Amino acid sequence: MAKHIQSLERAAAMLRLLAGGERRLGLSDIASALGLAKATAHGILRTLQHEGFVEQDPDSGRYQLGAELLRLGTTYLDVHELRARALVWTDDLARSGGEAVYLGVVHQQGVLIVHHVFRPDDSRQVLEVGAMQPMHSTALGKVLTAFDPVAHAELVDAKREPFTARTLTELPDIERVLERTRAQGYATDMDETWEGVASVAAPIFDRHRLTVGAVGITGAVERMCRDGELRPELVAAVRDTARSVSRDLGAKPF
Amino acid sequence: MTDSHSGPFIAAIDQGTTSSRCIIFDRDGRIVAVDQKEHAQIFPKPGWVEHDAAEIWRNVQEVVAGAMVKAGARRDDILAIGITNQRETTMLWDKRTGQPVHNAIVWQDTRTDVLCKQLGGEVGQDRWRRETGLPLAAYFAGPKIAWLLDNVEGLREKAETGDILFGTMDSWVIWNLTGGVNGGVHVTDVTNASRTLLMNLEDLSWNEEIAAEMGVPLQVLPEIRSSSEIYGEVTGGTLGQLLGGVPVASALGDQQAALFGQTCYSVGEAKSTYGTGTFMLMNTGEKLIHSESGLLTTVGYRIGDQDPVYALEGSIAVTGSLVQWMRDQMGLISTAAEIETLAMSVEDNGGAYFVPAFSGLFAPYWRSDARGVIAGLTRYVTKAHIARAVLEATAWQTREISDAMIKDSGDDLVALKVDGGMTSNNLLMQFLADVLDAPVVRPMVAETTCLGAAYAAGLAVGFWNSTDDLRANWRRAAEWTPNMDPELRDREYKNWLKAVERTMGWLED
Repeated sequence: MAKHIQSLERAAAMLRLLAGGERRLGLSDIASALGLAKATAHGILRTLQHEGFVEQDPDSGRYQLGAELLRLGTTYLDVHELRARALVWTDDLARSGGEAVYLGVVHQQGVLIVHHVFRPDDSRQVLEVGAMQPMHSTALGKVLTAFDPVAHAELVDAKREPFTARTLTELPDIERVLERTRAQGYATDMDETWEGVASVAAPIFDRHRLTVGAVGITGAVERMCRDGELRPELVAAVRDTARSVSRDLGAKPF
Repeated sequence: MTDSHSGPFIAAIDQGTTSSRCIIFDRDGRIVAVDQKEHAQIFPKPGWVEHDAAEIWRNVQEVVAGAMVKAGARRDDILAIGITNQRETTMLWDKRTGQPVHNAIVWQDTRTDVLCKQLGGEVGQDRWRRETGLPLAAYFAGPKIAWLLDNVEGLREKAETGDILFGTMDSWVIWNLTGGVNGGVHVTDVTNASRTLLMNLEDLSWNEEIAAEMGVPLQVLPEIRSSSEIYGEVTGGTLGQLLGGVPVASALGDQQAALFGQTCYSVGEAKSTYGTGTFMLMNTGEKLIHSESGLLTTVGYRIGDQDPVYALEGSIAVTGSLVQWMRDQMGLISTAAEIETLAMSVEDNGGAYFVPAFSGLFAPYWRSDARGVIAGLTRYVTKAHIARAVLEATAWQTREISDAMIKDSGDDLVALKVDGGMTSNNLLMQFLADVLDAPVVRPMVAETTCLGAAYAAGLAVGFWNSTDDLRANWRRAAEWTPNMDPELRDREYKNWLKAVERTMGWLED
């Protein structure tokens, strides 16, 4: 018979005990129902509490199931919620960076644009919300693939089209770029998807540090770059924006 | 960010219904710092809503100081202070002690319903519409003053002797900023005065006859000034140390400030603010238009001694609050943003129309006997169709107001500038453009209310030279262009109007 981890079995038994209806139980009830020493039961309960699976009523000291448990399984960040949270920050990024800003999430084998802020120059522009961008060549796509294992799995299977002479299509080449993306915390795209267009993007995290999207700024290479490199102040601005949105979503400072 | 902010700046105070805020703006109209503090909502009886004006003044001082710290700004960096405020909220204070004589009566408060009916007499709620542009309704300030004078003991006598001052929140903040008991100036601006039921729209002066009928002694009323001029300088108190000598240079009611911040300076330009309810204002220029369609006529703004600019105003009681109702009462969504996800899971409304006449119908119908209806239900309709109908309701209600404005003013709606929380809903904004058959445009600075107050103050001190300067600051963040088959639009509008029809007469007598 396979060996099971005892403390996990005990934790599971506690959750089942608390799961019947709207039940609140004290420490001694829980300990005696499961035949555990109070100290043992308390240690497990505290761990469950820390993870949000169990909550303690401040008045009675009794335990009940935590909100976190109810969220499990249905827990995904609604993309429209993401847009609502990102709105002010992305406006400010477009304004200070002087270029168009996009917010993207993984959708099937590409990046779905869920929010777009115009370049602030009053020129005619078309809202691109709902459009798809490729995963392997755009800055948004690279960030999502580097930080989200689901996106990474999709990339491996996806058709990787060469859009320009600079597009990387071979997996080992792309993996090297993703490695660098993870190390530096952002990704770039210089002429790799559209000729003459550069962009830089950074990941957005939720409170579990899961990657829920990416934010990036995009514009003409001539304006975005200096001496063949992306302007460092643009990189910093994009990363600041990603951090601000993440903080609004409850991610701890990092 | 990529660039650092350095002065000079303009500070804007937004004394709102739930909180007071201070935002500091730079020359490009970009936000440098924000500070905000909520105040208590006091509900003494059902339908009554009050604020403690002393608490509000404390909060205003705190947020101004807080925003200064966050901006790293010194006194010399701030060229002027502007004010925007919750409209119609009414208070009286003793000019010798500087203390409010009663809590402020908030605009939503309905205690003056009966008084308004009495004042209307035979003629009804339109008795002073010609002079003031407003129907006799409990929102407006005049009857609230009368209520306070009649219900706070000894107040009427004190008011007759000239010791009591009336103000909407702009007057209260300006009086305190400029020295309070030590020489504070007692003024209001044309936009706030236009919400009292006491001001002649024509010549922008107090109407003595109406004041007498209402029982409001003229000596309590502030001097009516323009929205953009130097009323006085910051003097005394904690802010005197921080900002002594800085000009106090603008005042605008919140919706008018948003019109100004959205740079709607030409005839036919309109803005709509989508919050729990919605307020739409259209610039009608120097023309004072008396609405035939149940819209309010109000002053849009007045810059210094230039001619006043008038506006038509239509409000929708239930827009964002319908989404909240779907979340809190129906439990169909867990966050407001999810309404879009649910609505997008279907192609159309499935034949369902939702008219949220929860407390009657406002402009252009003004039917208090109406109640909410979901029409067109069949077995086919799912919660996703209802979600769609919820969003469409906001767009169709805007269309009805826009139609009324076009009819009254004879001007076309060129484009609609939008702000407020619901502008993050992409589906709604696209549908709005579709049903209006006009572009819907979102500006890059979402804080249009504060921005409007800052703009008006900056103009008064020459920080900006003209409204053209301000237009140049305006940046488009997004634009939705109409893309709907005209036949479909007409058919859907007809269905909506049929559904509206079915809400009326639900309440009997």
